[in-house]
This record gives sequence, C-alpha cells and structure tokens, in this order.
Amino acid sequence: MTQPESGTLLVVGDQISTELARTLDLSGRTWHGICFEDQSRSTIPDGYWVGAIIDLSADPEAGWSVARNLRRTDRDPIRTLVLVSGAQLSELEHRDELFDDFCLTPFHPTELEARVAHLLASAGPVATKSEVVMYENLALNLETYQASVSEQPLDLTYMEYELLKFLVQNPGKVFSREMLLSRVWGYDYYGGARTVDVHVRRLRAKLGEEHADLLQTVRSVGYRFGRSRWKP
Amino acid sequence: MREQQCDYVLKTASERGVRMVRLWFTDVLGNLKSFAISQNELENALNDGMTFDGSSIDGFSRVQESDVLAIPDPDTFQILPFGDKDAAEARVFCDIHHLNGSAFTGDPRQVLRRHVEAARSEGLTFYIAPDIEFFYFTPPQPGERPTPLDFGGYFDLTTRDVTGDLRKQTIRTLEQIGIPVEYSFHEDSPSQQEIDLRHDDALTIADSVMTFRHVVREVAAAHGVYATFMPKPLEGVQGSGMHTHLSLFTGDENAFYDEADEYNLSPLAKSFMAGLLQHAAEITAITNPTVNSYKRLVPGFEAPVHLSWARNNRSGLIRVPIPKRGNPLATRLEYRSPDPSCNPYLAFSLMLAAGLKGVREGYELPVEADANLFELDDRALGKLGIGQLPQSLSEALHVMERSELVHEALGEHIFEWYVRNKRREWMDYKTHVSQFEIDRYLGKL
Repeated sequence: MTQPESGTLLVVGDQISTELARTLDLSGRTWHGICFEDQSRSTIPDGYWVGAIIDLSADPEAGWSVARNLRRTDRDPIRTLVLVSGAQLSELEHRDELFDDFCLTPFHPTELEARVAHLLASAGPVATKSEVVMYENLALNLETYQASVSEQPLDLTYMEYELLKFLVQNPGKVFSREMLLSRVWGYDYYGGARTVDVHVRRLRAKLGEEHADLLQTVRSVGYRFGRSRWKP
Repeated sequence: MREQQCDYVLKTASERGVRMVRLWFTDVLGNLKSFAISQNELENALNDGMTFDGSSIDGFSRVQESDVLAIPDPDTFQILPFGDKDAAEARVFCDIHHLNGSAFTGDPRQVLRRHVEAARSEGLTFYIAPDIEFFYFTPPQPGERPTPLDFGGYFDLTTRDVTGDLRKQTIRTLEQIGIPVEYSFHEDSPSQQEIDLRHDDALTIADSVMTFRHVVREVAAAHGVYATFMPKPLEGVQGSGMHTHLSLFTGDENAFYDEADEYNLSPLAKSFMAGLLQHAAEITAITNPTVNSYKRLVPGFEAPVHLSWARNNRSGLIRVPIPKRGNPLATRLEYRSPDPSCNPYLAFSLMLAAGLKGVREGYELPVEADANLFELDDRALGKLGIGQLPQSLSEALHVMERSELVHEALGEHIFEWYVRNKRREWMDYKTHVSQFEIDRYLGKL
C-alpha cells in the first residue's frame, strides 16, 4: 500500500461503495479508502488525516471500533462523519463522543458534499470539552484517566474506568446491561451481560460503602448512575 | 483493545507517580512470585515482556532452556494500597512465554487460560466463587505449636476481638483493589476466619485468590501476627477448606438451570457434576496438594470424605445449594474438597476439565446421597456405590499418575514435574519419625 499524502480524508467501510467514491472524487477531495479487514492502517501515523468518513451501514461493530480508535489517539481527535441507514439511527444513541456528524444512507451526493465540507471547515482545534467530569465529590479527569472520590485517588482498571466514565457522563439515565456492554466494551466482547455485573460490583467495592450506592441497580432493567431524584 | 489498555496503564502509572511495578506470576506449586521493575521500564515490559531466568522457579524451566519471558496482562494492572503513599507500588499479573513468543507450558496461568478459552469456543463462560478459610496465629518460637489469637466459634461476635478487626481491615483492602467480598465471619475453630468472594470468571478469580492470600498475610504481618492457609494447623478442630462454587453460562443464561427439573438442574449441570464425581479422586493431588491436606479430609469435621452429591448434605463432596428466591442465575455446584493451599489456576483447570468430560461423554449422575454419610459404615456405603476420596497424598498421587484426564489437562511438563516433586514430599514425610510414634510405641514396644 502506498502511504497517503498528508491532509487526506480517511474513508473506512466494509467496502467503499462506488457511489461514495464518485461523490468524493467529483467534489475534488483527496481521500484514501480502507476496508475493515485491512489492518495496515495501523502503520499510518497520526496527523495524516484531515477528517474521516466511516460507513457503518454494513458492519456497525467494526465501524464503531474504528471510530473509537480514532478518538483515542493522543492528538486532537480526527473529525468524524458516520454513514448510517435509516434503520440504524439507534446506533447513534449515547455515542455522541464518537462522531461529529452523520449522514443517512443512501445519501444525496449534494448533501454528503456539503456535510464533508462543513466537517473539514470546522476541523482544526476541536472546541475542548471540559476535561473533568464531576458528580458530587466524584471526579473523573478524562485527560489523565484519573478518578478520585473526596479527593482520594480511586485506582481503577481500564474497563472499570471506561464503565464509570460512561455512566458519569450520563447520570440519571437507566441503561440495560446489553446497552452498557455494547457501548463500553464494544461488540467484540464475549462474556455477555454478566461481565457488566461483575464490573459494577468491583466498582462499588472500590467506591466504598459511602459511595457504592451511586451505582444503582434498577431491578430487571439494568443500572443507573447517580442518587435517586427522590432522595436529595 | 490491548493497545488502549496499555496506554491507560502507562498514563495511570505516570499520573500516580508509581515507583515500582511488581510483575506477578505463580509457580507450579501455587506460590506467588514477583519481581519489580521501575516505571521507566513499564512501557518496554508491556510491549515486549521482560526476560528472566526461570530455572530456579518451582516447576519452570529445565536448565537448557531456562530463560523465559513475562508478558504483563494490562487488564490486571492495579495500584496496591499498602506501602509508602508517596512512592506508590502497583502489581500486574503476567503470562509466561518462551523467548520465541509461544506460551510457556510450565505456566499455570496459561493452563487455565487454555481451558477457559476452550470452553468459550463452545459458547460457555466458567464462573467461580470461592469461600476461603484460614487461621491467624501469634508468631510461634521454633518448635512451638501455633497459638490462636482467640477462642471464638462459628459466627461468634466477640467483643474487642482482634481477629474481627484484622478481618475488617483485610476486607477493606480487598475491596479497594477490586475484589468484592460477599460474606465474612468467624469460623468454627479458634482464630479461624472465612471470607467468601463474589463470583467472577475463572481466570479473574484465580488471580484474586493469589492476591487474596497475599493481602491476608500482609495485613496480618502489619499487626504482628501471621495468617496461614495450611489446611489443618490444629488437631481436633476443623481445618481450612476452599469450597468452590461453580457455574457455566451461555451468554446471559445459566447453563446449569432448568426450570422443569425437580432439582432445577439442567442435563448439562448433571453430567458436569457426574464428571466431577467420576474424576474427583484423580484431581485431588492438585486440589489438596500437601501431606497435611489429608488430615483435613477426615470424618466429623464438615470436610468431605465420600464421592457423593446432595442438596443440603454437607458431608458430601458436591453440594447443590438452593438459590435464594429460586433465582435461576444463582444455580450452581459447590465443590467442597479443595483447600486454600492449592494452586488455584491448576485446580480450576481440572474442575472444568473433569466436569466438561462428563458433559461431552454424557455421564450419568448417581442418585443423591441425602443421608449423613459420616454415620454409615463402609459396607453400607459400598452398597450405595459410594467411593472415597484419596486418604493420603501418596494415594492421591497414585490415582493422578494413572489419569489420562489430568495428564492431558495439565500438559506433560507440569504433570511430570508435579508428580515427581510431590512424590519427593511424600518420601520426606514417610521417613520422618513423628511425636505420635514416640509417644505411642517407645515405652510399649
């Protein structure tokens, strides 16, 4: 594979449709297509891409895993547009942090062109979101991966941290265990929803008696983060 | 995933000012081994592993291929809550590899990993919850008998009780490092404690048992006492076991549960249990690894002696606990012979292998033995077709040596080394002339 030029638009999908290729070519974009199976993309250093289009319609799992990887580079996150079919809109729920814009497939070429132009125009330093998420005296620093409760460090493993981060960013909402599994672990995880239960229990243990009830079990539904609104 | 985990570990180590990272692994006998690296070395260790000379680790390399590679499992990176606050220390469990990258056959953690992955390829996840018993003693002078710290009994709540405080602090430490505790209480014998861990997948629990034994000893040492997992430290009272609760899940469904069955047990649970019963004697040298282990497996002390199962009979080898509120997720088997001195990686591997052999070959489950078996004599038991667990380490080794199941499940390297090592232990014991013999025979004969 030849190395793409710096400033190229990254296009990832199960396969790159001719429709998509034609639209990008006609609008004069320099772009580089990679299929999910092609592992060689990991050899391309950060900083090559001005933006990314991820086509989720054929294989959402693989697509989200690419999106997650793009977001986890040390540099500024790459502006990302995802393509989804109308039936897949629920895929976008609670994944706001993984993409900047989306477009429905089949897309209208003019619309996609306009969205890509907008995506790239707003590239550059992304408006920095607050790096520290707080809930009562629980704090998560998203930049340094550090969590603390009453200013005492909370020493979490990676998946415990990822689960707590997701929940703290969505306080008060009830999530089913399946939802948490797909949002936090991604689809490639084998353990089933029991995995979520054991991680919740480890988190509760680490939070200690005083704060364990921040992670509430919602009977026969799943979990909710935060104090019940009926008990201030 | 691994890349992101490593990134997380490196950032955490630097943010928390970790000075030393302890690389943990387990030898074939079940001893926790550790070597430390500085934070600067961590990235290198995560990427390429750390080479060390395995020749002096029990059951590891033969001399001509002594160098092995420890590759940290970033998912187990954990800052330890003891030691100097300003110079934090962390531990990470390692898998041991040959220098060419292939899995090292002498590494117990990789043996369990192999079994867990084989089960997973059939869609099964293996969950375990161990109940671990141990004793606290004041440090004895050489040649002295161990002295208990208290004379409490089962569930006793003693006032100003030292062991209660130790237990409380141990639990707090365990929870801080992500090992949730379900129950804890004073056990039957003086100074004996029990701490029950919540279920998790088998590999995590094996790591947790190793961490648990370390934490219990650390907390005890910090208070000038010591903790022991020796199976039978005091004669005439109960010894320490590690009752092990087992279940298999297919995704979110408990594969052991069947609503229609009178015991709520699925056919898979029954043939799994039949497999465990059938092969129990063969795996006993691993689940009960010392000369002393067999002084616990005697009648009259709530330790199993017979190869039987029942729902509410604690004299049998396997108990089927009745789940609270009939919760299908809680249906499980409790395997009662193991003791806490065993190597948990190897013990869990063999429980899984024995059970799954029963499943694959469709073993028939014997009838429930609900009588108190301790009250029956050998003839009555023979009539019921109920055999016994091995009565000594020697007997257990004799059965293990002939077991294809154990040979295959442990692999040639560990199997051969283990039998050789334990035979030597038995010979050392056999040639020892004990106080019992002096007291009993010297004057009379």
